[in-house]
Amino acid sequence: MHNKSVAELSRELERGEISSVELTQQFLDRIKQEDGRFNSFITVTEEQALADAKAADEQRAAGNATPWTGVPFAHKDIFCTNGVRTTCGSKMLENFVPPYDATVTGNFRKAGAVCLGKTNMDEFAMGSSTESSYFGATTNPWGLSQGDKRVPGGSSGGSAAAVAARLVPAATATDTGGSIRQPAALCGITGLKPTYGRVSRYGMIAFASSLDQGGTMARTAEDNALMLNVMAGFDPKDSTSIDRELPDYTATLNEPLKGLKIGLPKEYFSDQLSPAMEEQVRNAVKEYEKLGATVKEVSLPNAKLAIAAYYVIAPAEASANLSRFDGARYGYRCDDPKDLMDMYTRTRAEGFGTEVKRRILVGTYALSAGYFDAYYLKAQKVRRLIQQDFINAFKEVDVLMSPTSPSPAFVQGEKTNDPVTMYLEDIFTIAVNLAGVPAMSVPAGFVDGLPVGLQIIGDYFSEARLLNAAHQFQQATDWHQREPQ
Amino acid sequence: MTISRKDIEKVAVLARIRVDEEQVSALEKDLGNILDLVDQLGAADTADVEPLAHPLDAVQRLRKDEVTETNQREAFQAIAPATEDGLYLVPRVIE
Amino acid sequence: MQWDIVIGLEIHVQLATKTKIFSGSSTAYGAEPNTQANAVDLAMPGTLPVPNEQAFRYAVMFGLAVNAEIERRSVFERKNYFYPDLPKGYQTTQLERPIVGPGYVDIDLASGETKRVRIHHAHLEEDAGKSLHDTFYDELGHGMSGIDLNRAGTPLIEVVTEPDMTNAEEAVAFAKKLHSIVTSLGICDGDMSQGSMRFDVNISLKPKGSETLGTRTETKNLNSFRFMEQAIAHEVERQMDILEDGGTIVQETRLYNGDRDESRSMRTKEEANDYRYFPCPDLLPVEIDDSFIEEARNSLPELPDARKARFMDQYGLNDYDAGLLGGDSKLAAFFEEAVSHGKDAKLTSNWIQGEFSARLNAEEKTVADSPISGAQLGDLVVRIADNTISSAGAKKVFEALWSGENDNVDAIIDAKGLKQVSDTGALEAMVDEVLAGMPDQVAQYQNEEDPKKRKKMLGGFMGPLMKASKGQGNPKLFNEILVKKLGG
Repeated sequence: MHNKSVAELSRELERGEISSVELTQQFLDRIKQEDGRFNSFITVTEEQALADAKAADEQRAAGNATPWTGVPFAHKDIFCTNGVRTTCGSKMLENFVPPYDATVTGNFRKAGAVCLGKTNMDEFAMGSSTESSYFGATTNPWGLSQGDKRVPGGSSGGSAAAVAARLVPAATATDTGGSIRQPAALCGITGLKPTYGRVSRYGMIAFASSLDQGGTMARTAEDNALMLNVMAGFDPKDSTSIDRELPDYTATLNEPLKGLKIGLPKEYFSDQLSPAMEEQVRNAVKEYEKLGATVKEVSLPNAKLAIAAYYVIAPAEASANLSRFDGARYGYRCDDPKDLMDMYTRTRAEGFGTEVKRRILVGTYALSAGYFDAYYLKAQKVRRLIQQDFINAFKEVDVLMSPTSPSPAFVQGEKTNDPVTMYLEDIFTIAVNLAGVPAMSVPAGFVDGLPVGLQIIGDYFSEARLLNAAHQFQQATDWHQREPQ
Repeated sequence: MTISRKDIEKVAVLARIRVDEEQVSALEKDLGNILDLVDQLGAADTADVEPLAHPLDAVQRLRKDEVTETNQREAFQAIAPATEDGLYLVPRVIE
Repeated sequence: MQWDIVIGLEIHVQLATKTKIFSGSSTAYGAEPNTQANAVDLAMPGTLPVPNEQAFRYAVMFGLAVNAEIERRSVFERKNYFYPDLPKGYQTTQLERPIVGPGYVDIDLASGETKRVRIHHAHLEEDAGKSLHDTFYDELGHGMSGIDLNRAGTPLIEVVTEPDMTNAEEAVAFAKKLHSIVTSLGICDGDMSQGSMRFDVNISLKPKGSETLGTRTETKNLNSFRFMEQAIAHEVERQMDILEDGGTIVQETRLYNGDRDESRSMRTKEEANDYRYFPCPDLLPVEIDDSFIEEARNSLPELPDARKARFMDQYGLNDYDAGLLGGDSKLAAFFEEAVSHGKDAKLTSNWIQGEFSARLNAEEKTVADSPISGAQLGDLVVRIADNTISSAGAKKVFEALWSGENDNVDAIIDAKGLKQVSDTGALEAMVDEVLAGMPDQVAQYQNEEDPKKRKKMLGGFMGPLMKASKGQGNPKLFNEILVKKLGG
């Protein structure tokens, strides 16, 4: 049962072969038995899940089912869930129970899906390894059999590990600089970061507002499409969400790929990439050629500046976004503050972890008097150059393909002492966020027994085409079906 | 680009994060490395380039002036660190 | 040494929208603490701002009213600082592209001159909440402040003038004019006691004739015209004392205590403020198109300057009366209602500026709280003009209306027997009778050559005549008859 996709489970529920309560209980049991090894969940909402499952069964019996009615899944602990603690991986929000839903959580609720709990993440989504969570690191299900405790990637490492370990068939995630694609790649699953503005950010705790985008994680492209059908859409509560026609993302999955024009950005096949990784990615591209696609080399000349621009813009926005965590109205407050300044500075010193504080300080510095033009304004200009690179590339090709990450999952602790090395994990994913285009990571092979991800980048609002490309690849390959031992 | 101890102390005050003496040295190194990374930006030719604040050149929608919110003080204050008489309490504000 | 005073103003005007600038929470004044502070206003995690169209409409109306350019593409910035009444840790405001660009307002001075005060810009922003001090203690006895965030997110326009004013009179005249404009527009309720308009005054001094501006101070949050006037006088004197003693002015923000006529420097933080403004990534640029501006222009009500001109033209009021009645939209409406009943504009104007205003002031009421309607005052004016009642009688009628004893002018006149006798025959008989009883005075009058003295002596007969008529004789007619009977 735990190996089945959302689409399969939905069909079984529809045919009455299993009830949502049974299904939910099975997954809950599996989480209880297995998650001790992975620590992929921060909170498991057993009682609520079973009650929701019961309601879903009734809903189905009454003939009001959606494809999601009664299907278990999990939310990254960055999406606010009414009545369920939402921590963002931080001590600051250890006991924060929001009295409201994020638009995304509300959408899944309306669709009748059964949320089993909240998944682990890097604190405030700042990280590429899910090691900075206040609730402990998440361990990648891959590599354990070789005796290694490897990172699942991050920041959505809890969601990725839970899906890879078959604890849930699908989980929501967010991506500010690669936080969906990189963990999807490192855990051997499929993940999609939609176009900026496609999914509402309301109730999704902000890291960097102009880069953050909610998205999907599951084992198959088809399940990603089913998720996006629920998540995407205009939201009047989010000024940056886009009011634009919403396709049925499952409708075009089976379109043939004949004539698909693939571009390979030469900057993403550089010496940062190991030959073994490159081989896997090139093999995947060959598979696409077999499916009728054509391939050419393209250039994203400013891509090399993406990390630099990102590490100005993201911390700058974060430095302001995280000012609300001040101990006054909700969340952590230090003990016995002696005055207001003491309350602020100790609450924030004690409530935030090292990486979050580092980024707040960098962002504050970049915005401070005398540095604004040299850092922030300059980065915003470089951002336009990067966007222009993508616009130019998509005049020539339909999609871009590259490795998702420079290397497979690394061992826990390997990069925690050097923030800059950690930042380079996102070298192939960050430009996509700066431009705001959609991108996926699709399982495309193994190196040393560890999964390798193929990144597929599309033009604005081309999610349906990306999902189609990923689905067709998954009809021809079985990398996405491999299960960690 | 290096960042001095004084700079770190200054931004820590602006960001309202208490930084202990021994943390300043580590921050000096880490923030210095991050700023070195970021300094690659200087190499880009951005003459006549407009800054890009948002990926999509969209325009702000405006909301009708209609009350849509109801009083939920009880729910919000149930998760507050300290309240009294409907007010949020913080250490005394001195102007 | 002689000094030139340089004054610029920053005025926070709370917009009279139903909801906040970035959320659908009510802005109604006086609600229980934090009952109008919802997820967005409290800066709960993940919440996002959605701007209120009406705030933009009001800002555009203001811009048009002060002859300003409207910015077609305005942007919001975040101004970062920590304060308990600022839930997000930043104020969403406009820095680089404010909605209202340069404009101007003309003010009338007591000298009869008109002066132009330039407006640098006006921008939209959100108000902060309120801190209530010194009331609460934690379990260790530390003093705590209570925070009410009902006001947080109320839309404001901050109007920034050029430093064009040179004394308190000009500054107050400008402030009053601005008050008159925003209340006439209906974009602000103008209630200064509730903080609907708050003034910050920037003051500097320079040696007379000097081109170089001196160091300025900012006196914050003045919420009455009187305090503003006093605060300016106080600050000018303070700076003058320092400069004349050879000292220097420190650029700082000061708080003025109107009750004590004192000011003090606001505690300055160890670090100067560095607000780290940057464009708010949760909001997109707001585009104002021609149709939006035209719609706003068409919805503009009559403004004080236009109303003053019309009052002079339509009602024949003089410059002073027209300026006074036309300057306040509520008073102007009251006047027009009264005049539509009372016909005699000058007499109506006199009554409004006299008895009516005196009573409002005495009872600290505004026109809106007046127990007398414009229509009632108009009815009263009709009865004065047609000689039904004397001015003494009119005051009695006014009293009865004010106290609510009766709401009908004619009914009061009847009930109190205030109707004047204007029957010439009856009045002539009374005059004859009184003159017959005062032969000496009649002779004295007739022997007097000086017309001025004669006129004065007429008064001696009026007392007995009013007594004889039980106070109901029309004094004007008595006067005419007397003059005739006494032989000029």
